[in-house]
Amino acid sequence: MANPGSGSDIVPVDSSHGPQASAGTAVIAADAFENPGLPPHQQRVTDLDPKVDRRNERGVSLIFYLSIVFSIAAIAAYFAVPIVEDDPASVRLNNLFLGLAIAGALLSIGVGTVHWSKALMANHESVEARHPTRGSEATRARAVEVFDLADKESGFGRRALLRNSLIGALVAVPLPAIFLFRDLAPKSNDPAGMLAHTMWKEGTRLARDPYGTPIKASEVTLGSVFHVIPEDLEEAEHKLEEKAKAAVLLMRLKPEDLNVSAGRETWNYDGIVAYSKICTHVGCPVALYEQQTHHLLCPCHQSQFDIKNEAAVIFGPAKRPLPQLPITVDSEGYLVAQSDFHEPVGPSYWERRGDYDV
Amino acid sequence: MTGAVSSYIDERTSISGFVKLMGRKVFPDHWSFMLGEVALWCFVIILVTGTFLTFFFQASMAEVVYEGSYTPLKGLEMSAAMASTLDISFDVRGGLLVRQIHHWAALLFIASIMLHMARVFFTGAFRKPRELNWVIGFVMWILAMGEGFTGYSLPDDLLSGNGLRIIDGLIKGIPVVGTWISYLLFGGEFPGTQIIGRLYTLHILLLPALLVALVGLHMVFLIVHKHTQFPGPGRTNDNVVGYPILPVYGAKMGGTFFIVFGVIVAIAALFAINPIWNYGPYDPSPVSAGTQPDWYIGFADGALRLVPPGWEFVLFDTWTVSMNILAPIIAITIWIVAVMFYPFIEQWITGDRREHHLADRPRNVPTRTAIGVAGIVYYGAMFVAASSDLIATHFKMSMENVIHILQFTLIAGPFIAYFITKRICLALQKKDRELVLHGYESGRIVRLPGGEFIEVHQPLDEYERWRLVDFNDYKPLMVRPNSRGQINPLERVRAGLSRWFFEDRIAPVTAGELARAHDGHDSGSTHANELATAGQGVGGPPHTNP
Repeated sequence: MANPGSGSDIVPVDSSHGPQASAGTAVIAADAFENPGLPPHQQRVTDLDPKVDRRNERGVSLIFYLSIVFSIAAIAAYFAVPIVEDDPASVRLNNLFLGLAIAGALLSIGVGTVHWSKALMANHESVEARHPTRGSEATRARAVEVFDLADKESGFGRRALLRNSLIGALVAVPLPAIFLFRDLAPKSNDPAGMLAHTMWKEGTRLARDPYGTPIKASEVTLGSVFHVIPEDLEEAEHKLEEKAKAAVLLMRLKPEDLNVSAGRETWNYDGIVAYSKICTHVGCPVALYEQQTHHLLCPCHQSQFDIKNEAAVIFGPAKRPLPQLPITVDSEGYLVAQSDFHEPVGPSYWERRGDYDV
Repeated sequence: MTGAVSSYIDERTSISGFVKLMGRKVFPDHWSFMLGEVALWCFVIILVTGTFLTFFFQASMAEVVYEGSYTPLKGLEMSAAMASTLDISFDVRGGLLVRQIHHWAALLFIASIMLHMARVFFTGAFRKPRELNWVIGFVMWILAMGEGFTGYSLPDDLLSGNGLRIIDGLIKGIPVVGTWISYLLFGGEFPGTQIIGRLYTLHILLLPALLVALVGLHMVFLIVHKHTQFPGPGRTNDNVVGYPILPVYGAKMGGTFFIVFGVIVAIAALFAINPIWNYGPYDPSPVSAGTQPDWYIGFADGALRLVPPGWEFVLFDTWTVSMNILAPIIAITIWIVAVMFYPFIEQWITGDRREHHLADRPRNVPTRTAIGVAGIVYYGAMFVAASSDLIATHFKMSMENVIHILQFTLIAGPFIAYFITKRICLALQKKDRELVLHGYESGRIVRLPGGEFIEVHQPLDEYERWRLVDFNDYKPLMVRPNSRGQINPLERVRAGLSRWFFEDRIAPVTAGELARAHDGHDSGSTHANELATAGQGVGGPPHTNP
């Protein structure tokens, strides 16, 4: 028994963790247990009983033969369960049989090999010594010497002018590459300006998404909701880009249910209101309308907007209400926009101002 | 014949030296060492199946009219990317299978990477000399998520398009440069006609090349350092005990490849993944309820959902600052950066510059383990939040309640998890001490001559005991003034952290302690009356903190 009176003491560390390394605040007990060494090797059944050994060998080879059978089955499945044109159900069967056969072929090889290694390969524990990761003192000294020589022979340290001008050149040379990336996008120098406008303008008819048929005010019954695009979207040069900004939801509420703020009295038509469908959080389509509460829900991050209160945010990460599209009807009774939105639609961006006239 | 071939090759490559060096290299065995291997094999499977997919996929957003076999979408306008993905799924025999193998393997790839990282973290396998390999692995994890996201976006279907929409919104939320980055990335306004082609280049060229290079580097370091091993009889910090690459470990690794491959193919045969034909081509207007990203992006999506309303303001009426986007980005970044730097922080606290090749049992480093579990809970809260709407509908809760509970979990959960985990670790350590000092209950009741009944405790044998006592022990750092009588403020911080880590440590039992524990009993050989006194049972020898 070592040091019975004082329990464990803190003693300096030996060098088993690599030379010259501090042990920090580690505590090494003077009377720690000693490593008992490897326990005696346990023989497996396959080591002791030749019959079991043979049986395992046969089992593994059987599994390998099974793999061959599966591989052939996979090829057979390719022909036996073909994809029939215009029949999606045939795809499912093709996928199933082809997949299971290939899976069987692969799994058999895997299971067989692992079983072979565990049951039949020699399993005596081997012990290998570790060495400190850092090189030996001689190696390290030689490495330093190599760098010194390189420095001396090149004059890298001595010829400061040469060295510094090279460093300068190396710093400058990637700069042109940065400019090359400018043409990732078209020439316009005002992306923020593009975000601020949509294709809605005075007189643009509100049309059904995706058919493009215009909507009469009389068709919008109480409690109904329409997914809306500008009627001339089909003719737009960049259809998807325009749609990504111009998509609108149209709803009809009882006029007395709407809390209309000053300046927006004429933006609805007899309780029919149009709001941007693009979430003011990160731009998902706010596609879910709860008829009873008149709440709009964004399915991506659950921002909720209250249509009765001009699409004000009542829950979720969005901050701004959905922009309202001022609408009215034309002479034929079709719903039309009075103008574009009075503020940018969609997610916030740095250049978005705070003083839009809404 | 074999001899002639090997000789031919060796005379042109000196490969015999490599075989001599590597062939009998010893690898220690433990099931948890397989996690990184699964990740490696997933990567191989992804490369093989991905190459097949490139033969058929067209990374173009040119509008085409779909004329393939899937009748419900026939005649619809969509991008060539979407149409070719549908062709792979419905008109190429086995195409759907390969697509599904590719996708399932990608999901498993990132899962196995993260489990592997957890294993390395909780066993302290990131300690010197493996800190840099931890950082390499960390970078691969980030790259793998990048691979996942770029690949997920390629079919240009409705769901992935909405994912890109969210990315676009995120980028636009970055102050000053966000609008321009989005503009350049998408080649104009969202969605543009460029993004799929650009993501494809990243997905099949840049990111895989980086990953292949880093996988190689990761393996080189694995060989240079040799694998860690768990403490056990005969195992020391200076050796490695296990089986040689040739034949046992090589066979197991090769077998594991086929098993991983086989399991993924079986999953791909039985379970559909990403059925884009149900979603349809991308259109900025429709979206369905219950949208979710692939699981590994869930934490980012969930973080966005957990922001309370109103976190956005406008500076001087001119610039919008989107804290509802920046806050989650910051919350995630802090977590990720903490993961990357943890090895360096812990080493700074312990001051231990020695090489460590013996893996820690998580209980023996209670504070680290508790920090790890706290981190998992933090990540987990964000991850679960990505399904907040589905949780609300499945469990008949209101959406608001789900979000509020998860917001609470995000903030308070890590602290609770930290506390509970640390207590569990300390309790387990105390149990280990009990076992070493007093043996285990044998279930044998003996009546002593005096009429007293006792249960006989059986001492551990030396091999079992060694597993329980071989671990590192640190004491809290004591700050000492330097020669000029000053105390470096940074050292004070370090001492504080060191106290936090180690002040309630439980030291391993020593031989002396065990001997003293036995001396105290007159019943000698049976180690009978083992009602441990508090002083013996817990805490070990007194370590006061001066």
